[in-house]
Amino acid sequence: MELPRSKRYDAVVIGAGLIGLACAWRARRRGLSVLVIERAREPASGASGVAAGMLAPVTEADFGEDVPLLVNLAGRDRWPAFAAELEEVSGLPTGYRAGGALVVAADRDDAEALRRLHEFQRGLGLDTEWLPPSACRRLEPGLSPRIAGGILAPQDASADPRATVAALASVVEQIALGVDVEAIESDGHRVTGVRTRAGAIECEQVVVAAGAWSSALLPDEAPPVRPVKGQILELRVRGAMAMPFERVLRTPRCYLVSRGDGRVVLGATVEEQGFDTAVTADGVFRLLEAAWEVFPEVGELELVAARAGLRPGTPDNAPVVGRGELEGLVWATGHWRNGVLLAPLTGQVVAGLLAGEPLPDEFAALAPARFARARA
Amino acid sequence: MLEIAGRTFESRLILGTGGFRNLGVMAEAARGSGAELATVAMRRVDPTARGSIVEVLAEAGVEILPNTAGCFTAREAVITAKLAREALGTDWVKLEVIGDDRTLLPDPAELLVAAETLAAEGFTVLPYTSDDPVLARRLEDAGCAAVMPLGSPIGSGMGINNLYNLRLIIEAARVPVILDAGIGTASDAVLAMEAGCDGILLASAISRAADPVAMARAMRMAVQAGVEARRAGRIPRRHYAVASSPDEGLAELERAEREDHLPDAGAAPTTR
Repeated sequence: MELPRSKRYDAVVIGAGLIGLACAWRARRRGLSVLVIERAREPASGASGVAAGMLAPVTEADFGEDVPLLVNLAGRDRWPAFAAELEEVSGLPTGYRAGGALVVAADRDDAEALRRLHEFQRGLGLDTEWLPPSACRRLEPGLSPRIAGGILAPQDASADPRATVAALASVVEQIALGVDVEAIESDGHRVTGVRTRAGAIECEQVVVAAGAWSSALLPDEAPPVRPVKGQILELRVRGAMAMPFERVLRTPRCYLVSRGDGRVVLGATVEEQGFDTAVTADGVFRLLEAAWEVFPEVGELELVAARAGLRPGTPDNAPVVGRGELEGLVWATGHWRNGVLLAPLTGQVVAGLLAGEPLPDEFAALAPARFARARA
Repeated sequence: MLEIAGRTFESRLILGTGGFRNLGVMAEAARGSGAELATVAMRRVDPTARGSIVEVLAEAGVEILPNTAGCFTAREAVITAKLAREALGTDWVKLEVIGDDRTLLPDPAELLVAAETLAAEGFTVLPYTSDDPVLARRLEDAGCAAVMPLGSPIGSGMGINNLYNLRLIIEAARVPVILDAGIGTASDAVLAMEAGCDGILLASAISRAADPVAMARAMRMAVQAGVEARRAGRIPRRHYAVASSPDEGLAELERAEREDHLPDAGAAPTTR
C-alpha cells in the first residue's frame, strides 16, 4: 500500500505483528481511523512469524511471576471469542485449538522438578493434574516409555500465529508495508504524528507495537525492551503417517505444538544474543535432542523449516501496555513468550485506551511507568 | 575479605547467573547476595546488546566474571576466553571445560591444557575443577589464580559430596579455594566456609529457589556464619555429655529440697 499523503489518522500503529494488528482491528471496531506502519515487506516479520502459538498460561506459570500469570490467564480467556469473531469476519482460519497441554518429565530429575512446579500450580488454584507415566502414555501413545510422569493442564491451548496474522491483516486493510518509521513527532507535550522515510503522517495517537525494536523509537522514554532470540523448527508428517500427538507437549527443555493439519512446531531456544537471527546447528541439535528424548517419533517427521526470531523481553518478563509520558502515546510491547496468547487482550485494552478509557485496574501492573520509577 | 590475584572483595560469594526466571529477579538477588562478582556464560550472550544481562548487572553494581560454560575442548575454551577479553575488557576468566554431558563434570586433561595456555597469555584463570587434590595442585602450578573444586555436579544441589577431598585441597592450596557447584541450601554454604574455603560460587541454589531473593540473602548470611564459626574455633566432638551450666552449689539446693519434701527428714541419719 502507498503511504497516504494528506489524511490525518486517529491513530498510527507501528508494527504489523500480531499485537499491532490486534490493536488496529479492535480500534477500527470502535470507529477509529487507524493506519498500521510496518518496516518489513510483509506482516509478521518479527516474533509473530516465528512463534509457535502456545496459549499456555498454566504450563508457563513459574515461581515469583504472579503478575504475568494473572494477565496470561486473562489472555487465554479472551482467545475463543477472539478467534470465533475474527474467523467469522475474515473468513480465514486462526488455527485455534483447545485440547490441553501435557508437560512430561524425561527422567526422575525432571519429575522432581515438575512435582515441585505442580505443587506450586495447585497452590495458585490452577487446574492441573499430576499423571503417572502410564496415564501420560494413554493420552499420548507416542511418548517414550522412559518418561517419568507429567502435568496435565487441560485448559491450555494453541493457535497458528501466521494464520491469525493473515486473518487480521485482511480485516485491518490500512497497512503500509516496507515503511520505516524514523521518529515519533510531538509538540513537546503530545504526539502529532510519525516521520517515515516515505514522508510524514499526522495522527492523534501512536501505538508502539514494534516488538524487540520498540525501545529504539523513543530512546529517552522507552521501556527497557530487549531482543531475546528463539529458534524453532517446523516439521511435518509424511505420507500416510498419522498425526503423532494431540495436545501441546512440553518438557523443561522444549515444546511441540500440533497445527492439526500435519504440521508440527518444535521450539524453542532462549538466547541473549542481541539482534542476531541466525539459525545455528547447536540450536537445531538441542531442540531435536530434547524432543527426541520424550517423543522418539519426531525423527520420522519431515524437517520443513528452521527459523529464528526475536522476542521482546522486559526485565520482569511482563508486557508493557499502557500510556507513555508523551500524551497520545501508547505502548503495546514486551510480550516476551506470550505475544500470541496476549494479542486479543492487548488489542482490547489498547483500543480502550485509544478511545479515551483508563487502563483497567487489573492491568495497572503492566503500565510503562513501572520502569520509569526504576530508572529514577 | 576475599583476595584473588591481588584484588580484594568484601564478599566471599560469587553469583552465577544461570537459571534466573527474569533479569529483574537476577538483579535483585545479586543485591541481596552482596556479591561483587557474577559469572556470565560468554557463549550464551552478546555482551554488546542493549538491555542485556551485562547492562543489568552493571546497573546492580556487580562486576562480570566471564566464564567458558558450554565448552568441551581446551581449544573452544581458549577462544571463548579471548572473545570475552575483547568484549568486556577483562583478562579474568572462570574456566570451564566440560567432559561429560550428563554430569557436567570437568574434563581434567583439557582443563589443564586450557589453564596453562590462558595463564601463559596473561589471563587471571579461575578453573572449575573436580574435587581432586592432585589436579588442584597441578592447576595451581599451571599458574591459576584460584582453584574452584565442585561440591557435587552443577545444578544438582547435592551439597558437598567429598568433604575429605575438599579439606585436602584447602590444606595444600596456596591460592584461594572457591567451592563451585553443588550447593543446594544455606547449610551447604556454611559447611564449605567452615571447612576453610575462601569463597563459594553458586547459581542454581539461588536462581531456581522458589524465592530467589530471599535465598540470596540466606546465602550471604550463611557465608558470613561459616567464616565466623571457623574463626571462632569449634569445640571438639566428644562421646559423652559435659554439662554446660556450673554445678557449684547444686548439692546445697538438693539438700534443701529433700528437707522440704520429706517430713521425717529430721529422723533420718544426716551423715553416712
